[in-house]
Amino acid sequence: MSTDNIIEIHKLTKVFGGVTAVFELDCTIKRGELLGIIGPNGSGKTTLVNLMTGFVKPTSGKILCNGKNITRMAAHKIIQLGIARTFQMVRPFYQLPAFKNMIIPLYSPRVKQMLGGRYGDRDAVALDLLEEVGFERDAYVAYKPAGALPQGYLKRLELAKAIALQPELIILDELFSGLSLAEVASIVPIIEKLRQKGKTIVMIEHRLKELFRIADRIMVLNFGCKIAQGTAEEVMASEEVKNAYLGSER
Amino acid sequence: MKKRKERIDRGIKARSGDIFALSSWREMLYVAGPRLLPVILFLLLPLFLSPYWQRVMISLAVFALLAISWDMLAQSGMISLGQALFFGMGAYLSGIINHAWGIHPFITIPLATVFGGLICTLILLPVLRLRGIYFSMFTLILPLMLVRTIEATKVFGGTEGLSGMSPLPSGWLELYLIIIATLSVLFGFRRLMASDYGLVLKGIRDNDRSVTNAGINIYWFKAQALFLSSAVGAFAGAYMTHVYMFVGMPVFALDYSIMPIASAVVGGVGSFAGAILGASILVPLSELLRGIGGLRIVLYGLCLVIFIVAIPEGIFHYLQRKYQQVERWVDVDR
Amino acid sequence: MFAGTLVYAIVNSFTLILLAIGFNLTFGISGVANFAYGALYVLSAYLSWMMMNLLGLPFFPSVILSILATTLFGALMYRLVLLRVRGQALSEVIATFGIGLSILELFRYLGFVGFEYTLPVFFDHSFIIAGTYIDMQRISIVVLGFLLVVLLWLFTHHTSTGLAFRGIAQDERTALTFGIDSDWIATLSVSLGAGLAAIAATIIIPLGSISPSEGYDVLIKALAVCIIGGLGSTGGVIAAGFFIGFAERFTDTYFGSHWTMIVSLIAILIVLVIKPSGLFGQQKELEERI
Repeated sequence: MSTDNIIEIHKLTKVFGGVTAVFELDCTIKRGELLGIIGPNGSGKTTLVNLMTGFVKPTSGKILCNGKNITRMAAHKIIQLGIARTFQMVRPFYQLPAFKNMIIPLYSPRVKQMLGGRYGDRDAVALDLLEEVGFERDAYVAYKPAGALPQGYLKRLELAKAIALQPELIILDELFSGLSLAEVASIVPIIEKLRQKGKTIVMIEHRLKELFRIADRIMVLNFGCKIAQGTAEEVMASEEVKNAYLGSER
Repeated sequence: MKKRKERIDRGIKARSGDIFALSSWREMLYVAGPRLLPVILFLLLPLFLSPYWQRVMISLAVFALLAISWDMLAQSGMISLGQALFFGMGAYLSGIINHAWGIHPFITIPLATVFGGLICTLILLPVLRLRGIYFSMFTLILPLMLVRTIEATKVFGGTEGLSGMSPLPSGWLELYLIIIATLSVLFGFRRLMASDYGLVLKGIRDNDRSVTNAGINIYWFKAQALFLSSAVGAFAGAYMTHVYMFVGMPVFALDYSIMPIASAVVGGVGSFAGAILGASILVPLSELLRGIGGLRIVLYGLCLVIFIVAIPEGIFHYLQRKYQQVERWVDVDR
Repeated sequence: MFAGTLVYAIVNSFTLILLAIGFNLTFGISGVANFAYGALYVLSAYLSWMMMNLLGLPFFPSVILSILATTLFGALMYRLVLLRVRGQALSEVIATFGIGLSILELFRYLGFVGFEYTLPVFFDHSFIIAGTYIDMQRISIVVLGFLLVVLLWLFTHHTSTGLAFRGIAQDERTALTFGIDSDWIATLSVSLGAGLAAIAATIIIPLGSISPSEGYDVLIKALAVCIIGGLGSTGGVIAAGFFIGFAERFTDTYFGSHWTMIVSLIAILIVLVIKPSGLFGQQKELEERI
């Protein structure tokens, strides 16, 4: 197995009841790249993320992470290997201050392992991490209860929770959805910074314009199948992608 | 003119994280008072009680322990309807060990605590994979089914039960053992749930998905909480076996499931102190109401419904709020 | 002996199905676990008994009235209590449990215990099937159990209320957006569950007697069937009913009656270890609950 692929997916299929969410999908994620996954609603994007992180077990097919088979591994074990994800629907602990929300990821065995068997002062680490994603320390935003924060901050909190795990691969499931242009613009630099640190990033997005600006490679899904792959220009030029988004004109 | 209720924290605590900056004896008393009060009451009260009420005190402490154990599970997202399972498991274990080999209670009680907790955890392990409701259903029927099993197969003395266990060395030791155990479990669990570990447990209750997403094995943590809680219940059972010098089918009775829930709900779920407060109200009350017999359980049932619907926070949280906050009506600005 | 056991096993299976189907229906639709279920069963039986023996009403009117009264009680229970704590598992469980407890213990306190507390059989007649005596009441359990399952199936698959039931069972929020009043449907589901408990009581009680402990027994049996079959799945209830029904009868015949409870207990443990959500479970484990 080549080591420049962090994830390799072979013939992955997931059937829910009678609905095929993902069908015989092959794809690889290269180390250090920013892969964008797009596709119309219901095209299997989130299912793919759930499959990769073990929240859903595939009907058939194989997923390798750094050459290791993780197809049927428990979700928490996969995350301990260094794959972190955010959820499309953020559900923080609303009564707790934002920085206390960070305690749970910081309690992760992965963090302990990365720090060499210690945890350190979680509160302090939490505050640092939150500052990194744009919780202004001077304004004590991190001390506010999560329920009092606007959507933009909640999404950042979600991102910080993923970063706290010090993952190799971060999967961002529609991080930009529901955010204003300004909020998106303030999150983009955080993602760029993560790339500079050498993290591999997968972004699932509907905000194509913003995604195309930062992604190295785009993969397009429709009805659970890969219909196009390549740079933003290549993908947009594809006839099939246009049909998928606009409906085919026959 | 519309009014709204404003609640302001009393200005005594300078809050920074969880450090209190205190400057006077009065403030220290303000912080320490509510913690010291139950300790002093529990330790001194038995000295002034008649032997009869000392017995009531023992059953109060036992029910308080069971209520704390219930609260622990509830805070970790498991709603138990069968504290009797833990209680009975501990009671039978220590009873059997003591009956068979005549081992001293000081050894049988710890043994029954640990193994009772382990056995209960193992039995309930499969249900942990599912959400709350299955846990409630399973814990409700399990003790009742175990009673039938004992009744039918006549194991462990069958309907007669086992009697002639060794008593604890002295009456005062008996009383203070359970009181100190209750207080230590109260403060220990409070501390535990306030720590980051407790936060993870509460996180599993509120959003298990997000905890899994931190690479934490939620089943392992739930099993730990279950073990802690069932061990406390088993301890109460093992202790009672040696107090009554008898163990039999009644230890799996519904009373041991209902009373703890009623105590925790009346006192307030989520603080452990509420559980003790609830038991301190309900147990003596039910002694006073001995005359009405079976109607007491009807009252508990109604109590449960009324409190859960009308005063879901419970008495303790109400008192806590009054103690920590100033309330006043203010005009609503237009 | 084998044929007789078989016949009684079928009767026992339908008894269990009758007992569990109401609990299962309520949970399947509105997600409310009605722990007052056993109490409602006993309540309706006592109501019938009181109407017949204290008011002197004939059998059928009193039975029908008590079934209606229990149904109404279920609706009231939802409207007055459960609606206020809707969605909070802890409160729902405790509230229904508390209600059930109060009802059962009230009857116990009032002294409604004894063999005279029973309901008459529908037809006093018995047959010989495959060399076994079997009375008409047991046959009506089978027939009515079967009819009830079929009716329920028709109701949930072919009427608009039934379809609304299924809609809300699948996704409450989506159902709301289609203009289905979820509170109303949940009220109906609880009261329908209560009504089914009452019907089960009317058919089954004549074989025994009414007592508060019967209430707990019924709850245990209903829960056991639902755990094994999988909560919220009618197919599961039927399968589990037959499974436990046969297992109990056959252990009773070949090993002795005191082993029956152990058999159900072991069955539950095995099912929970192998497939925690039950044979036909729809209650999803974590992996499917995204």
